[in-house]
Amino acid sequence: MISVELLLFCLFAGLAVLGAVSLILMRHPIHSALSLIVVMVALACLYLLIGAEFIAALQIIVYAGAIMVLFVFVIMLLNAGEEERTNLSRMARYVGVPLAVIFTLQLAYWMVRASAHFRAVPGAPSLTKDLALGLFREFVMPFELTAILILVAMLGAVVLARRES
Amino acid sequence: MVPVSYYLVLSAVLFGLGVVGFVFKRNIITIFMSIELMLNAVNLAFVAFSRSLGQVEGQVFVFFVIIVAAAEAAVGLAIVILIARNRQSLNVERVDLLRL
Amino acid sequence: MSELLAQHPILIGATLRSIIALVVLLTAVAYLTWFERKVVAHIQSRWGPWMVGPHGLLQPLADAVKGIFKEDPTPAGADKFVYHLAPFLSLSLALTSIALIPFGPQKFLGVSNVNIGLLFLFSITSLGVYGVALGGWSSNSKYPLLGGLRSSAQMVSYEISLTLSVVGVLLMVQSFNLREIIEHQQGTTWSLPHWHIFAGPFPQILGFLCYFIAAVAETNRAPFDLAEAEQELVGGFHTEYASMKFATFFIAEYTAMVTVAIVASLLFLGGWLSPFPASWTWTEFIPTVVCLAGAALLVWDGLRYPTKFGQILLPIVGLLLAGVGLLCVIGGVREIVQGPFWFLSKILAFLFIYVWVRGTLPRFRYDQLMGFGWKLLLPVALANVLLTALAELVFK
Repeated sequence: MISVELLLFCLFAGLAVLGAVSLILMRHPIHSALSLIVVMVALACLYLLIGAEFIAALQIIVYAGAIMVLFVFVIMLLNAGEEERTNLSRMARYVGVPLAVIFTLQLAYWMVRASAHFRAVPGAPSLTKDLALGLFREFVMPFELTAILILVAMLGAVVLARRES
Repeated sequence: MVPVSYYLVLSAVLFGLGVVGFVFKRNIITIFMSIELMLNAVNLAFVAFSRSLGQVEGQVFVFFVIIVAAAEAAVGLAIVILIARNRQSLNVERVDLLRL
Repeated sequence: MSELLAQHPILIGATLRSIIALVVLLTAVAYLTWFERKVVAHIQSRWGPWMVGPHGLLQPLADAVKGIFKEDPTPAGADKFVYHLAPFLSLSLALTSIALIPFGPQKFLGVSNVNIGLLFLFSITSLGVYGVALGGWSSNSKYPLLGGLRSSAQMVSYEISLTLSVVGVLLMVQSFNLREIIEHQQGTTWSLPHWHIFAGPFPQILGFLCYFIAAVAETNRAPFDLAEAEQELVGGFHTEYASMKFATFFIAEYTAMVTVAIVASLLFLGGWLSPFPASWTWTEFIPTVVCLAGAALLVWDGLRYPTKFGQILLPIVGLLLAGVGLLCVIGGVREIVQGPFWFLSKILAFLFIYVWVRGTLPRFRYDQLMGFGWKLLLPVALANVLLTALAELVFK
């Protein structure tokens, strides 16, 4: 008898993989962007399943709701069209794709080997309070640094994208 | 209960797909999106480990990864806009020389 | 499959409650359109819909039937998948938020009780930008593209002030759970309820005003509706959408309005809590009194109504309302009705303010709009967070 968690995991994992494959296969960048949004929402649902609810909400609000909006805006503003259809070079087809598959399998194998003795992921949600305490006590320095980083990024983006007047 | 390894295999698969997209696609914006896909796969691994080990540092790090990805996307897309204005094309094969 | 359901009976209960909530919400949204047209008309010294059914009450039905029979063209060169996706995305996101709201203290008056309920509502709001942006872009036309980009830029800008204005409340409650936020507002001091807008070390009036203004801008409603007003941009992002798809965008916008009204009354005005102290038990009969008064008004108006249909329909509705009112006198029903009654009255008050503002204030120009969002609203919301944090630190 399959448990509900396993069923939900398969559902969201399948959705994420489908989205990722569609990201690569689609020719128009807006369709790739939409596929990436599907991947991010599926991952957010997976985070909820794992029990990291604040990270799930953060993923949707920041990643799917702000960063991807930025991508979609840029695609619309630059009027990006479909990619021209050229077949992959022979090197890419016969050496590249197999190498990528081998790389992925290796990664998966070593990760599974390393985590064999870890316990299964519990379903009870982790408290936002613990995350906040960790963030503002041990990691307060990186927190402030990332705030400055975002400020720098904002200034940089504004200066770079400005038209010469 | 779902074992951690399931999440890790999913993370590896997504990372591999991100690498494939990064190497084989020619549109700058799609390459950027493959990078974001790779970052997301890493986030998934972080969160899975964090919950399995019962530590919160993994999730704190995910917080930082998301913020850095946001900053990187903002600046990167500004650069993409500049390139598109200068070269009138979003194809990376046309942006491989330092002069026009 | 049946074992799955037996292990998790919550699935059946939640599904049933979602269906009921959706039906009630969609009917409410349909009659919200009637309400808006009537109120705006009366502000402008005219009648509004009055022909279809008594007092125009069957107008939403007529609109729906018209929408079904109208032609639904797709513009040439439009990206078909995205064009059909955009209204569907808008509507499904808008309808999802009803699942998170508790309507009363009892467990069954609310589809779910999510620990991060408030944060979830904001994620839904931030995803709502896509319906507008993609709808505008996929129409393959100038005005929708400009309108869509402007609308989405406006929504993204005001989203920041929206989320910041709520942080003051979160600092006081220290939880994202919507039930806990309401329960934190229980109690009265000298007959003034402990709602977040009055009570606590720093009353959240600033937060409330910021939230409401940002929410009006976020839902693209007047006076912030430059990007979709007919006089300005032909209709903005929904120009190329006809009958049913346009109706879908419309319903999504009104549902977002209802959600904003719900969240505002939840966070700042005590949700399903009554404004009177709990010791005044006579206030438990107020729902009955209101229902009976409404019924008397309907019956009296119905008997004087010009058309035969109105003379029959209005008194029948009035008598039904009187029946409901008398039902609320029974002890068990009276307890259950209290929470939803006060919640609904607060929601109605907010919806009235929404429509009132639309009928009264002139539109903002786009640069004024963006300047207002970034240069005035965001600093005020930040100041609210700072002052609330200081007050919490000093007085707790």
